[in-house]
Amino acid sequence: MTNALEIEDLVMHFGPVRAVDAVSLTIPRGGVTALVGESGSGKSTVGRCVVRLLKPTSGSVRIGGVDVTHLTRRQLRPHRSTVSIVFQDPAGSLDPRMLVGDVVAEPLRLSSARMSRAERQKRVAESLGQVGLRAEVARRYPHELSGGQRQRVSIARALISKPSLLIADEPISALDVSVQASVLNLLADLQRDIGFACLFITHNLSAVEYLADEIAVMYLGQLMEKGTRSQIFSSPAHPYTQALLAAAPVADPVRQRARTPVLLGDDLPSALDPPSGCRFRTRCPLAFDKCATDVPPHVKIGNGEAACHLVQADGTRPDVRAGVPE
Amino acid sequence: MTAGARILEVADLSVSFVTESGNVSAVDHVSLDLAPGEIVGVVGESGCGKSVTAMSLAGLLPRSARVTGSVRLRGTELIGAPETSLRRVRGKEIAYIFQEPMTSLNPVLTVGRQIGEVLQVHERISRKQARARAIELLSLVGIPSAATRVDNYPHQLSGGMRQRVMIAMAVACNPTVLVADEPTTALDVTVQAGILEVLRDLRDRLGTSILIITHDLGVIADIADRVVVMYAGRVVERAPVTELFAHPHHRYTNGLLNASPTPGRHAGTDRLQEIPGLVPVLTTQPDACTFADRCPAADDTCRGSAPPLAALGVADHLVACWHPVEAT
Repeated sequence: MTNALEIEDLVMHFGPVRAVDAVSLTIPRGGVTALVGESGSGKSTVGRCVVRLLKPTSGSVRIGGVDVTHLTRRQLRPHRSTVSIVFQDPAGSLDPRMLVGDVVAEPLRLSSARMSRAERQKRVAESLGQVGLRAEVARRYPHELSGGQRQRVSIARALISKPSLLIADEPISALDVSVQASVLNLLADLQRDIGFACLFITHNLSAVEYLADEIAVMYLGQLMEKGTRSQIFSSPAHPYTQALLAAAPVADPVRQRARTPVLLGDDLPSALDPPSGCRFRTRCPLAFDKCATDVPPHVKIGNGEAACHLVQADGTRPDVRAGVPE
Repeated sequence: MTAGARILEVADLSVSFVTESGNVSAVDHVSLDLAPGEIVGVVGESGCGKSVTAMSLAGLLPRSARVTGSVRLRGTELIGAPETSLRRVRGKEIAYIFQEPMTSLNPVLTVGRQIGEVLQVHERISRKQARARAIELLSLVGIPSAATRVDNYPHQLSGGMRQRVMIAMAVACNPTVLVADEPTTALDVTVQAGILEVLRDLRDRLGTSILIITHDLGVIADIADRVVVMYAGRVVERAPVTELFAHPHHRYTNGLLNASPTPGRHAGTDRLQEIPGLVPVLTTQPDACTFADRCPAADDTCRGSAPPLAALGVADHLVACWHPVEAT
């Protein structure tokens, strides 16, 4: 069976800015992979390359086995309905002058399939129903809705063409905590019921703990580690993944205060001139000489892989809190 | 603790705004206090009035705001105080840090000049002395090679560094109270950890009292000694931090805790608990519990009269609810 998404050696440079460098990622049909990273890690750029809002500098993107890397706009048309994207800020990604019904129907209007007006309206009502909105919402404008409702509208728009792959780019980051939970639950339910594959892009590791099958961690344009959800949470191999997990405060004062803090320093290197060797080395508490000279290979560990000189195939992994293993 | 031990006492603070579409009530009878060297966290979702509360402490709200109630700093009333005395309070007694350091810093002045400005205004020292103090302050907030960084412009610094500069400016005159309004919201999580460390360190070394405003329960769990939970302009619960997380009495607090993704908390389940409904926008504060429409335990009492903020179980654990979640 073909995979829903195969990204191979994806490179995206904007002039001198090396936003994404040699990222490879595969999502099986119906699988959910979280792409986690902090600002400037290139995670959104990967998403934009997949939906071909950007044309990659090199490498390849295959969706359902079809190579879309070099297709022209016209050639892409028939593939547009197989992959959809939901953006972070629903206020900015919904046209304020369009009725919600027209916003949601737009993917259908643009697809090649002919459809009567009545049928389109029926599909819009269905799609709105799927995301927990009443059909009357179709006659409202985006500004009349709350942030959570607007994000539901963007999900309805993304799913109306029945895509096999959904790119969710920080879909809950602009929402309040209580609303985040409902949108996250909605996405999880829809994914389970419909079975589309999903690339969930986020800066917040804990948001994907019960949603993702696999987690890939990016830093400054490169993949540091990927693995199954349980492996990333219970035994992260890469120092950056460990630091990311350690830095996210736990909403429990007793546990939070008992944790060992890992402070990385906050001078992020620039993607204009990324560090030689391992890109994380300038902030890594465990960095040594080799990290500056050699680019660490991706070493298989457990059900995943990590790009760190201290990780070995026999399962040896560093611990940022304890220092360098002997 | 007696009232005299409080540095800052806010009592029955109410703020409403006159807008084109009528009155909007933002803060309703909020009471909170701050002891010397204490870190109090105010937590709530957008629109709950937490930032308006913070801004009203030193009279930073626009003229369209109607502020009533009392804010006492070491016993001196600030609400209704003349602008000249408020100006002496701002920066020197009560200092602020805001969410987005890039918009709070002047892009055409070096960070040294900006920190120096605060000192020159309040302490009448020379430019040279101010520069030396600026370098000291930059190293106090953990900026490496402060002596060269002092001549940097804001755009030359990373987001975390800029927030450290903001903190350096805020503590330049050794303020009694530091108000930090979402100080880490715009920052990455690995950078946030460092900023929270700086705030804690300032409290320990200078004894500064800190009021930290955030929507993030993780930040509260990390840094606050006591917590004030706000909802729709009112304080719904107030308690020491461990007490609040262990025994939330208000169903909104409980809902927030269950809705926050926390590693481990949701083990065994595959969903987060939702709080149904929306935060109301209020033109007037009704005599009812404002959370009633979203609360599973609400009845006619809740819709008919506003619950007072009263102690339940432990003396310093206050909750405004007619049917609180009992301590277990």
